[in-house]
Amino acid sequence: MSVADLPAWACVTVGLLAVAGAALSFLGAVGLCSFKTFYERVHAPTLGATLGMALIVAASILFFTLVEGRFMPRELLIGVFLTVTTPVTLILLGRAALFRDRTEFAREKGSEEG
Amino acid sequence: MIRALLPHPLLALGLFVTSLLMSGSVEPPALALAAVLALATPQVMRALDAQTIRIRSPGAIVSLAGCVVVDVLRSNWAVAAIILGRRRHERRSGFIHVPLDLKDRYALAVLAVILTATPGTLWVEYDSATGRLLLHVLDLVEEDEWIRLIKDRYERRLMEIFE
Amino acid sequence: MSQAILFWCLTAAQALLVAAMALAAWRAVRGPRAQDRVLGLDTLYLNGMLLLLVFGVRTGGSIYFYAALIIGMLGFAATVALAKFLMRGEVIE
Repeated sequence: MSVADLPAWACVTVGLLAVAGAALSFLGAVGLCSFKTFYERVHAPTLGATLGMALIVAASILFFTLVEGRFMPRELLIGVFLTVTTPVTLILLGRAALFRDRTEFAREKGSEEG
Repeated sequence: MIRALLPHPLLALGLFVTSLLMSGSVEPPALALAAVLALATPQVMRALDAQTIRIRSPGAIVSLAGCVVVDVLRSNWAVAAIILGRRRHERRSGFIHVPLDLKDRYALAVLAVILTATPGTLWVEYDSATGRLLLHVLDLVEEDEWIRLIKDRYERRLMEIFE
Repeated sequence: MSQAILFWCLTAAQALLVAAMALAAWRAVRGPRAQDRVLGLDTLYLNGMLLLLVFGVRTGGSIYFYAALIIGMLGFAATVALAKFLMRGEVIE
């Protein structure tokens, strides 16, 4: 099946899934800019990395499955990969921030005493 | 015999499926490539001397996965509502300490991924000597409630699976 | 008609993702601290990857999938290296 013969329900579903995922991801980026402290900002990108990503991956799988005429779950790889890697980067970033805050705090305290 | 061929059965299965997904077909060449990868790569892991994962109750995995999906959907909604500016005044975020009874390294890794992948909570630091976990929560209403939630929903199921 | 809906939906999704990338880039440039910049870069590559997936749906080609996969892997390695750098001041100890 080519793109021109896609049934109406498929076009609407794929389109809506893509828009919803992109909107969630955009909302995450808005949070990244509007939150006041770093530890609050760390939570914002997970919106796009979990549900936003899942919706866009679902749109892509549905589209290619219909166009190719057979089940194409290739994009699941990106889904699994991102689900495993995003927490790792965020945990490392959180730990790095905590470490930097602690050393800075210790240095300030040291300079006040000294 | 089977141990020598497949030291890490789950890893081998994962590699097999990944390779099939990458080539996007189930023709004989793709199957052969996947089989070679699945048999050869775990042999590399031998040198690393990694512990094999033992899964005690496969049924609990399904219930844990269902739990995680529901929580991810719910907290996506909650964090989106926070970003859109509802309840801006009374919200406060902060760190909480969670005492964990979980000891298995793989179970802790899974818990770290689950907690961080759920929007609104971030795993920051775990002290393996005391079993205390430092967690950052975006919408901290009731500290005890969060601790109870983590222990009831995730830790109990993870202990069923791994320990 | 339904093709037009798909076209406009995908255009809207791309616009939203580009806007998200712009916001992430703003955070990466603005700071104020190094960890904020790294977080901004992380969000930037994540949204870039999603944008490539939407591109793939729009053109129907499979090359965008591989590009997205490579961006995901390199972005992950880059962010981990940067976070490590923030913690210790050097990447390789």
